Amino acid sequence: MTTAPIDFEAVSAARRERAAILELARRHPTVAIGLAILALMVLMAVLAPYLGTVDPQALSPIRRLRFPSGANWFGTDMLGRDVYSRVIYGARISLWVGFWVALFSTGVGLAIGLVTGFSRPVDAVVMRIMDSLMSIPPVLLAIALMALTRASTSNVILAITVSEIPRVTRLVRGVVLSLREQPFVEAAVAVGTGFFKTLRRHILPNTIAPLLVQGTYICASAMITEAILSFIGAGTPPNIPSWGNMMAEGRSLFQIAYYILLFPAVFLSVAVLAINLVGDGMRDALDPRLARRM
Amino acid sequence: MFSYVVRRLIATIPVMAIVAGFVFSLLYFAPGDPAAIIAGDLATAQDIARIHHQLGLDEPFLVRFWQWAWGVLRGDLGISIFTNLPVWQLIQQRLEPTAALTVTTLIVSIVVAIPIGVLAAWRAGTWIDRAAMAFAVLGFSVPSFVLAYILILVFSVELDWLPVQGYVSIREGFWPFLQHLILPSTALGLIYAALIARITRTSMLEVLSQDYIRTAHAKGLSSRNVLVGHALKNAAVPIATIIGIGVALLIGGVIATETVFAIPGIGRLTVDAILRRDYPIIQGVILLFSAAYVILNLLIDLSYTVLDPRVRY
Repeated sequence: MTTAPIDFEAVSAARRERAAILELARRHPTVAIGLAILALMVLMAVLAPYLGTVDPQALSPIRRLRFPSGANWFGTDMLGRDVYSRVIYGARISLWVGFWVALFSTGVGLAIGLVTGFSRPVDAVVMRIMDSLMSIPPVLLAIALMALTRASTSNVILAITVSEIPRVTRLVRGVVLSLREQPFVEAAVAVGTGFFKTLRRHILPNTIAPLLVQGTYICASAMITEAILSFIGAGTPPNIPSWGNMMAEGRSLFQIAYYILLFPAVFLSVAVLAINLVGDGMRDALDPRLARRM
Repeated sequence: MFSYVVRRLIATIPVMAIVAGFVFSLLYFAPGDPAAIIAGDLATAQDIARIHHQLGLDEPFLVRFWQWAWGVLRGDLGISIFTNLPVWQLIQQRLEPTAALTVTTLIVSIVVAIPIGVLAAWRAGTWIDRAAMAFAVLGFSVPSFVLAYILILVFSVELDWLPVQGYVSIREGFWPFLQHLILPSTALGLIYAALIARITRTSMLEVLSQDYIRTAHAKGLSSRNVLVGHALKNAAVPIATIIGIGVALLIGGVIATETVFAIPGIGRLTVDAILRRDYPIIQGVILLFSAAYVILNLLIDLSYTVLDPRVRY
């Protein structure tokens, strides 16, 4: 009888991976905690229908404004909807908005930043526009854009993305400008490496680390902005159970049924905290020089 | 110095012009026809066309932009669609509460954050440092309006120490005025204070590793003297910069905070304008806030010469 040969490479790779995770948890406990909370939140959002929830939209006027109890863990709101179910489903909207805003704004910001970093005439024009957009506070810019369109989750993503792009562009442009002066880039150009190859092999890889960190922070701030927009009535449509919408609904009843507002508020804060912890950890890990100082 | 000030002032013109262009496009592309709204339900197509012409809405984009921008320069921000009052008048009525809220928040945050940052840097690596930075991370993560409700729940509903909401003008007494601003400025200021504390710490750590700090210690100066007289003074420029940039966060927070505390300020005006799609007000508010932000950052740029005599323009 022959046994399958043991793939020592794979085994040691798996072992190394496990060791790496343990090492991360030991050296950066806050990152590990952040990642764990974030993973829980994502799981919660994905598995929302299986977590003892009922239809988050189901009205039950006879059971409205019930204090948290065994039947309704987080109580019920003024229309008798189950607050627990709505909070769990609300994670979907928040994380969805945060994820796509981070992805789109870093993507577009990267593209614009690369072009402005390489072309002086474009740089002069585009950076003036970016500076101007940056002088409009991001929340206000997103509000203005939302005022132009009808309320929908994709419009919220678009509006917040636009308000975040100038900062990413600035970051990428700065990285590109400093890389262009680096000896290894000059050397690559000197030996006749083509423009696109230089870009792909020497510039792009060096923008990934700062972009990853920036993307994490953008995700966190996008989740807060989404909540602010929904809270003031300019965000996701009111029928969607987003954390901001739930807080907007709980506003008028705050003094008699504070739990309607408090549960989504706590979940939002914890989710944003988790993402910020991951971002701080990545920043420290990717820039050891900064880590000592921060 | 004077020529620098003039150059910087001129440099803000294109920035504000682009902001104005953006703000104008907002109204230009806004859905809904103001002429149709003014004409009412029974208007014919000719009526609407006539009002269009009267309002100059049939002129080309650039002509309308120029007319609008000229008006803004003379202080005419247009007429609110909903209330039919001049936007500038509406903003003026609401200016005081917002100014009071932002100024107290600025003062409270700076006064709290800088000592925290200095202390954290001075005792880097100890529990004081860790506690300070934990405070900073929390500050970045708890949205101002969430903190606002927690504060109301604890200090107004449970303890009954402070009013739940509302605003009292300073003319009606200093203590009631302050009483109504304590919770809003704490809620609004947390994220701002977190930002300032963090930068203060980073900037201080950089300075504290310099040789002249060791010299200052060696010649027998007290820690207090070294920290404030030598270190903080040299760490001031990045701190001032972040105080200016962070105001953008503050403005975003004002809108939500005023909603929570029912403060009749510009934030509240903005929220009402959005719900009613009153575009001239939205335009006016964006212009005002952006101008305030640009001017404040200009002033901070100029303050570098005072903070750091090595900076010359």
